[in-house]
Amino acid sequence: MLDGTTRAADEVVAVVPPALVECTVEKVAVNAVMAGCRPEYLPVVLAALEAVCTDEFNMHGILATTMGVGPVLVVNGPVASRIGMNSGVNALGQGNRANVTIGRAVQLVVRNVGGGAPGGIDRATHGSMAKLGFCFAEDEAGSPWTTLSEDRGFDRSQDVVTAFCGEGPRILVDQKSRSADSLVRALAEGLRSSVSPRVMMGMDVMLVLSPEHMSRFRDAGWDRNRFMAELSGHLTVNVDDVLAGAGGIEEGLPEGFAGMALPKFRPGGLLVVHAGGPAGLFSAIVGGWLNGPMGSEPTSREITP
Amino acid sequence: MSQPTVVLDPTAGTTPSDRTRNHRPPSLVGVTVGLLDINKPRGDVFLDRVAERLGEQGATVLRYTKPTFTKPAPVDLRHEIATQCAAVIEALAD
Repeated sequence: MLDGTTRAADEVVAVVPPALVECTVEKVAVNAVMAGCRPEYLPVVLAALEAVCTDEFNMHGILATTMGVGPVLVVNGPVASRIGMNSGVNALGQGNRANVTIGRAVQLVVRNVGGGAPGGIDRATHGSMAKLGFCFAEDEAGSPWTTLSEDRGFDRSQDVVTAFCGEGPRILVDQKSRSADSLVRALAEGLRSSVSPRVMMGMDVMLVLSPEHMSRFRDAGWDRNRFMAELSGHLTVNVDDVLAGAGGIEEGLPEGFAGMALPKFRPGGLLVVHAGGPAGLFSAIVGGWLNGPMGSEPTSREITP
Repeated sequence: MSQPTVVLDPTAGTTPSDRTRNHRPPSLVGVTVGLLDINKPRGDVFLDRVAERLGEQGATVLRYTKPTFTKPAPVDLRHEIATQCAAVIEALAD
């Protein structure tokens, strides 16, 4: 396993929460073997751990929270195809060794080295498969848009892993929209219920656009910026509909927000990735967790040999 | 002769250190008790009532708040509580 990296076995990769233990490359390699990784996956695991074990990503809080969230890892750059990652059919599911074992290795390090065991520091009410290991690659070749990593300031030629604190994916169905305008409205409607229709701006989201959904925007000539602008326009919510007590539901925003129109997501709180098989008029939503300095920031790291 | 089997430890290889809890104060009269609000909604409702009850029993109550419930209390805050209080009550919430 150690042959997969040029880094020294005794180099400290990260200080792993929750016990804040210095973790060496060798210790990561041991866990990568247990996860079933091949040696060429190790640089991705190491970079993912560097991203996850930062104060801004806040792995301690992600473990401790009762919400069932975990690090959702998206890989961009040539490394994804080089190590055989899946960005196509069943990209978010089983069956690809790299996707499944990289996410698992990261979780094993947090559990074995950091001490983040379920029922201990990990207090998730239900948990989710995002806590078992959730990693996939973006379909860059099939996308007319800039990539997630480019959107986050990297060059397309760089190998990058982005950690997003999220739950398991859920499907958003739209099989009838034939225009970009219709589809973007449908996506916005679905996104408004991310986590809860009554949570506003405090939690981010990842939208995984399928190739067939992407084709609507490709055909209309929309680039990423146009899509984000149109989508944001449809994600402004009339707060009166989600006030505490509205509709007989006690959950909701305080009365002080009455009469306002607010965006569902904070600026930068909507991450869009292109992945999935060639057939299927669905996209996937990965709901987030408390964002920003009070919670978790999406965190990217370059993958180096 | 076969090579010896080397078993690698996937864990940190450390064990938590045992610390003895402070004894419960026999009385709350004159005892300074810290109330730590972890900063979740309605935690203050619970702690306001606890403060009221502690005051009735003669305790001096000091209030503290974590910057965010999602992260451990900062070292400086923990030190402040440890040096100013004989006991601490932490409120979860919701």
